[in-house]
Amino acid sequence: MDKLTIIGAGVAGLAIATEITDRGGKVRLVDQHARPGAHACSWWAGGMLAPYCERESAEEPVLRLGLEAADWWQAKTGTVTRNGSLVLALDRDQADLRRFARRTTGFTEMTDPQISELEPDLAGRFRAGLFFGDEAHLAPRAALTALTDRLADKGVTIETAPQPAQTTIDCRGLSARDALTDLRGVKGEMLILHCPDVALNRPVRLLHPRIPLYIVPRGDGVFMLGATMIEATERGRVTVRSVLEMLSAAYALHPGFGEAEILEIGVDARPAFADNLPRIRRRGDTVFANGLYRHGFLLAPALARMVADHVLDGKTPEVMDENHG
Amino acid sequence: MRRFYGTELANPLMLGTAQYPSPAILAEAFRASNAAVATLSLRRESGSDNAGQVFWSLIRDLGVPLLPNTAGCHTVKEAVTTAHMARELFETPWIKLEVIGHTDTLQPDVFALVEAARILTEDGFQVFPYCTEDLVVAERLLHAGCQVLMPWGAPIGSGLGLNNEHGLRSLRAHFPDVAMVVDAGIGLPSHAARAMELGFDAVLLNTAVAKAGDPVQMARAMAMAAQAGQAAHQADPMEPRDMAAPSTPVIGKAFLT
Repeated sequence: MDKLTIIGAGVAGLAIATEITDRGGKVRLVDQHARPGAHACSWWAGGMLAPYCERESAEEPVLRLGLEAADWWQAKTGTVTRNGSLVLALDRDQADLRRFARRTTGFTEMTDPQISELEPDLAGRFRAGLFFGDEAHLAPRAALTALTDRLADKGVTIETAPQPAQTTIDCRGLSARDALTDLRGVKGEMLILHCPDVALNRPVRLLHPRIPLYIVPRGDGVFMLGATMIEATERGRVTVRSVLEMLSAAYALHPGFGEAEILEIGVDARPAFADNLPRIRRRGDTVFANGLYRHGFLLAPALARMVADHVLDGKTPEVMDENHG
Repeated sequence: MRRFYGTELANPLMLGTAQYPSPAILAEAFRASNAAVATLSLRRESGSDNAGQVFWSLIRDLGVPLLPNTAGCHTVKEAVTTAHMARELFETPWIKLEVIGHTDTLQPDVFALVEAARILTEDGFQVFPYCTEDLVVAERLLHAGCQVLMPWGAPIGSGLGLNNEHGLRSLRAHFPDVAMVVDAGIGLPSHAARAMELGFDAVLLNTAVAKAGDPVQMARAMAMAAQAGQAAHQADPMEPRDMAAPSTPVIGKAFLT
């Protein structure tokens, strides 16, 4: 069989290359940047593998397909931490916690002593919370690098210029807007902090009617804070308002974050279709896999499986809405 | 029927476009409710090079008259600048003027509001000011050139309903010829119906629909409630009374024998 050319080595391209290679297919992986890095929006991701929590605002496939993620990432990269995730709200926002509970499954209700047991540093700070014990998280940059190295071990290195190919799998994310005109960007801003004064064992979401926040521990006192959701395609320009809001939410979670060092402020735009669900489209010899939205690490394994099912076995997967072979 | 700067609304529901789970659900909510006007915010979405244009074109495709707003503006200058951007982008003189005075309650700064309304009206804008139910503020806004008023029911996003029904009733009675929309605070269809029963010309809501578990169903419910309230107002409802008043004459009925 001819080699398949995959364009774009972000989370989608790397996952698809891995899946196809592991199933015996031959791929070339092309990205002008040669290594995963700041040019891909997955570099800035939170890395929460939280299908139950995401169901609060996402549609059903995100939960079902997202349940595949933790096992896949663990098998391919060994970077997964399975500690669940914790959802909290300040006293005055308890209504948001009740709403979150109504719209999700897979959690246990927690009271202050139970929260303290899970996260000793949050002892006495929250009256109630929801613990999603089956959720997991990973460090996105480590995971992307691990996939890259694993592919290299199997003879797939990232090439910087495409060769003529029989079939191309286009994983360019937002850059594919030249072909996918219904793709839009949803801007996200995030921060990375170093805060050895605070220890958290798992991602914590702090609900708020206007400024929801999540904090993902990266180990060694490093935390990722995210993320804004703005209907805009621009991939730069972090605003003071966004940073202020995220930092004050972190400070509300634990005042210890007031002493944190700001290591990075990041921004990019997530590629999304109108229903915020991913799509596979075949047009001639090109297969587009795109629209992972804020679910890059959560849905890339399912997307990779479905692309592989299509290009290797000729199947029509559920998220394929166009097939002009 | 009172008009909005010469425009008659197809129905009494104005719907916001923020905070939906996805643009697809937003579009479905508009179809289900048949909302007459779509409000949209451009402050956050407008970055360099009008980065929100893909989202805006999704909203334009709804085929509903657009009412851009100045949500998130805290000063006269910000609000005026945002209004100018909106007019340029959406080619409409309509602007829903919001000048926020308090970050926690998002309460309008009515002093800055009157000032911004005067500047914008002189510049040819047709201003829909988001105000409180205060009569004096309303008067000042009308003097500043506004022909529409948008008093709040309760703070933005609170879903508390009509916090000061007496105030809203009094506002309605004092300015019988001015088109008025109850904007903000509506959480349930019964709130929307109540506002319309009081004689308001429309209700504007966003969070109640966007943050409902099923936004499409809630949009439909809000549309039905607003229409029911409007029809009830037009039907001149009966006056409530303390005594029971049987609707069927009792003379000659068996119980008298």
